Amino acid sequence: MGNHKRPPLRLATGKWPWTPLLASLIAVGFAPAGHAQGVLDPHGPIAAAEREILLNATAIMLVVVIPVIVLTLIFAWWYRASNARATYTPDWAHSGRIEFVVWSIPALVILLLASVAWMSSHDLDPARPLASSLKPLRIEVVSLDWKWLFIYPEAGVATLNQLTVPEGVPVEFVLTSTNVMNAFWVPQLGSQIYTMPGMTTRLNLLADRKGDYAGFSSNFSGDGFSDMRFVVHAVTPAAFSSWLALARSQGGSLDAGAYSQLARTGSDVSLKSYRSVEPGLFERIERESIGAVAPPMEH
Amino acid sequence: MLGKLTWQAIPFNEPPAIAASGMIVLIILGLLALITVKGWWPYLWNEWLTSVDHKRIGVMYVVLALVLLLRGFSDAIMMRTQLALAAGGAPGYLPPDHYDQIFSAHGTIMIFFMAMPFVIGLMNFVVPLQLGVRDVAFPVLNSVSFWLTAAGALLVNVSLMVGEFARTGWLAYPPLSELAFSPGVGVDYYLWSLQISGLGTLLAGINMVTTILKVRAPGMSYMRMPVFCWTALCANMLIVAAFPILTATFGMLLLDRYAGMHFFTNTGGGNFMLYVNLIWMWGHPEVYILVLPAFGIFSEVIATFSGKQLFGYRSMVLATLAICVLSFMVWLHHFFTMGAGADVNAIFGIASMIIAIPTGVKLFNWLFTMFRGRIRFEVPVLWTIGFMVTFAMGGMTGVLLAVPPADFVLHNSLFLVAHFHNVIIGAVVFGVMAGYYYWFPKAFGFTLHRGLGVLSFWCWFIGFYLAFFPLYAVGLLGATRRMQHYADLSWQPYMIAAEVGAIVILCGILATIAQLVVSIRTRESRRDLTGDPWNGRTLEWATASPPPVYNFAVVPKVESLDAFWAAKQQGTVEPAQAYPAIEVPRNSPLGFLTAFCAVISGFALIWHIWWLALLGLTAAAIVLVVFGWRPRIAVEVSSEQLAADERARRQSMVPA
Amino acid sequence: MNAQVANVPVADSGAGPAPVRIVVGYGFWIFLLSDIILFSALFATYAVLQGQTNGGPSGRELFELRHAGIETLALLLSSYTCGLAVLAMERRRMPAFYLCCALTFILGATFLSLELNEFAALIARGAGPSRSAFLSAFFSLVGLHGVHVTVGLLWLIFLVAQTAYRGPRDYVCRRLLCFSLFWHALDIIWVALLTVVYLMGAR
Repeated sequence: MGNHKRPPLRLATGKWPWTPLLASLIAVGFAPAGHAQGVLDPHGPIAAAEREILLNATAIMLVVVIPVIVLTLIFAWWYRASNARATYTPDWAHSGRIEFVVWSIPALVILLLASVAWMSSHDLDPARPLASSLKPLRIEVVSLDWKWLFIYPEAGVATLNQLTVPEGVPVEFVLTSTNVMNAFWVPQLGSQIYTMPGMTTRLNLLADRKGDYAGFSSNFSGDGFSDMRFVVHAVTPAAFSSWLALARSQGGSLDAGAYSQLARTGSDVSLKSYRSVEPGLFERIERESIGAVAPPMEH
Repeated sequence: MLGKLTWQAIPFNEPPAIAASGMIVLIILGLLALITVKGWWPYLWNEWLTSVDHKRIGVMYVVLALVLLLRGFSDAIMMRTQLALAAGGAPGYLPPDHYDQIFSAHGTIMIFFMAMPFVIGLMNFVVPLQLGVRDVAFPVLNSVSFWLTAAGALLVNVSLMVGEFARTGWLAYPPLSELAFSPGVGVDYYLWSLQISGLGTLLAGINMVTTILKVRAPGMSYMRMPVFCWTALCANMLIVAAFPILTATFGMLLLDRYAGMHFFTNTGGGNFMLYVNLIWMWGHPEVYILVLPAFGIFSEVIATFSGKQLFGYRSMVLATLAICVLSFMVWLHHFFTMGAGADVNAIFGIASMIIAIPTGVKLFNWLFTMFRGRIRFEVPVLWTIGFMVTFAMGGMTGVLLAVPPADFVLHNSLFLVAHFHNVIIGAVVFGVMAGYYYWFPKAFGFTLHRGLGVLSFWCWFIGFYLAFFPLYAVGLLGATRRMQHYADLSWQPYMIAAEVGAIVILCGILATIAQLVVSIRTRESRRDLTGDPWNGRTLEWATASPPPVYNFAVVPKVESLDAFWAAKQQGTVEPAQAYPAIEVPRNSPLGFLTAFCAVISGFALIWHIWWLALLGLTAAAIVLVVFGWRPRIAVEVSSEQLAADERARRQSMVPA
Repeated sequence: MNAQVANVPVADSGAGPAPVRIVVGYGFWIFLLSDIILFSALFATYAVLQGQTNGGPSGRELFELRHAGIETLALLLSSYTCGLAVLAMERRRMPAFYLCCALTFILGATFLSLELNEFAALIARGAGPSRSAFLSAFFSLVGLHGVHVTVGLLWLIFLVAQTAYRGPRDYVCRRLLCFSLFWHALDIIWVALLTVVYLMGAR
């Protein structure tokens, strides 16, 4: 599958007059939340491209959907039984021309959206590396019951339930799960991907500016599922280096014993950090998960 | 002796569960006591429980659906309340292990024991009448199918009182649903209930396909069948093709859980992705099984109440067949985020969008049926117009989700939850409510109260938008599904709005209950004496309301589409010269007994009470053998009886 | 165009509801199609899981083609005798009918006992269904077929008893027809099984 680096997909929003209108309507709808967040407030190129697709596809479809809804209401009102002025043709039930139009309109819309789907599926494939002159940062992600472990293999540190990344640098996530399916999702940065025991999934994201972004598991995994939250801190490269130095100097060591301790406990929302990580831990977790034993149930 | 069953299985230490269970037990006991005291058992047994009449069976299916609607909706409102409360650091009132059972039960009950029985019940009642015949192809099998479904529904509700339900979501993905991660009986309740009711549904599908293809009135060629029969045919073909996959998949999960096999386990080489694929290969056709008959109902309703033939009949048939075939080619869109790669994702995404084409065609055809019609705003028309508006939006969000990168940011969020409720409530629920009101006079001989029907519609319509459009919003904000609490306080206003919406829908449900009570009380003043209260177009309106057990004294000869309408246009209905005697199948307790054995066996298997399970299965086998041994006896309806029935009907009718 | 709703009564000949024999046969065919889909799901599972031996034995080590061949012979012959039984019933040659039913039963039972033997042997050498995903898939696919054969044999006993008691009535003949459809379908499924599981697995 293509490993070529192309710039992230960007659809020209200017072509569609509906899109800004739609965006402002949505902004109104989001007033209670204070401001648009989540998917509609992208802080990375993947999320931005995905938002464009959402808005453009919706705008394209509204071109058909709004007239259909309006026509439905107009016909229902005009052709009401009490309206003597309306024409009544009880036996008229076929028209080749109308049939042709009626099959063509949805077909054309779908043709357009299908090409969007084909191109964007390839451009935004989670496993596709992002175009960048900077060397990607590799992070190994493990979903446990019920917490997130993030390993920085090159630096040899690990964190629990929080992730620090430098802004503007592409991040290559390699993900697995200890026992049940979960999903790694940071709405403001873009796509989610399942984490599955015994295999790795890949995800490429980039935070284009500083900020703290909420992350979740989006695949139900048991009683502690709602606690599987984490935060992504996107910081300046300088701040990232100093954080890395700090992480190497404090916290425990994530060796085999510490890891099995971690795997055994249930929900854990603490923000631990580990100064060293047993080499090959991620690969070991992936292998062992297909002989995994469940952690004790929380009751 | 009693397997895993102990007194601890009854939730004495959980006040809400024990309160709910206690209430249900009291209601059931009260009902049984009432029936006994009033001496209604012989009537119930002879006229309903052992009936093999498709009309009675159809009514029982709908009754089951309405009762389970109450249970499924209680789960829904509990969920909404929890989410309205559990913002910021608040824990809400439902601990996770309860909440997880509740959302799993909500989905399972609403799909398998509310939507399916409602749709199957309406098809059961209407299709033989519309085809101009006396019953389905296999009447006794029809009874067995209903009772197996009821058995499954009973087992699911027993889990409330004895033990627990699954805590895995309504599709019970492994590895979570495997023994290692769900060691309790919850998943077993889920699996056995659905295996039992799944068998019933499969048998109903076989029955209906055979009926529609081989048992039609003379002269009713395929292109003269009512559109509802076409959609019923396609839905039942989907049942025949898809339900075996469900049976196989659940069977394999059961083998994993009971016999230590390794189909989907993490160890031993199992592959849970196989489960996800198989279950959605069933799951996607399932939603079309639900929606196609609803589309059929809307077609009938809009044509009847516009006083105009359905626009583009041929096109509708083609579109229905296209949807039927395409529904098997899209299953992967339920897990784009599994990482199958861009090519695979794109192909399935495009296939999913293509289904929108025939669906859109149908919407346009309904629009042009209304065009230059004379629309009477009866209650079913309100539901239809509400559907057209709502489904247009729901379908749109569906096509949106079919674009893989869009799905990457919306999968498993509350946006997804809003989408599928949009289409299921907007199409299936609105459809069965329309069908319920439309065919109620035919089933019972009197119409339903109109005002309360209008109230029910508006409560459902407004309540739906209030309950689910905030979920679209909060899904876009990043809220995921199945969460029991959330940290972001800014989401709470949306959750509160959704709660209000749920309460408005509750008013709609209460209005429907009130409508039934009031209509029964005032039934004499709203008797349907002509059998044709809506000036209908299809053959079911050519019978009395309710029709006699044999439907048609003489099987009609059909010469065009909308056979009854054509007859009314052309000439008067003349009494026949002679009525040859006919035979109707005798009632049979086979269905009820099979279900009884199924409940015993199912419960025993769930609790690992092996001797009882063996007993139950042996009893079922014996029942089957005994009934197979005795020749099928039919009851004769004599010529004199037929003539007398027809005379009585004509005397009560207003001359056509 | 006149649709006479309650006029001269029409006999059910030509167009109109099909005769009972056809309706029953058709319905049973649809049931068989659904059964084949059930098997297809298990075939698909087998295809996906056949490589997952979990360090245990694979098909090549376990399958004896000679044994499978004898099973196949027994089952195919039993299909032949079943066809003969149907013909005998149609011609009301009852002794021939009973003989052919007996032969069908014996051959079917032979198939079943050979298969049970194979299963027992596999389990005895530690290659039971809980050993690996491959073996789970094998036992369930072949086992499901075996369960169908068992049900078929029980059904055959019932049919013969009913024929002896009630004679070759209409509904008895219809049921025999259904049974033969069932039995032949099991044959077809077995041929697929033989190919996919034994022949392709033993390579």
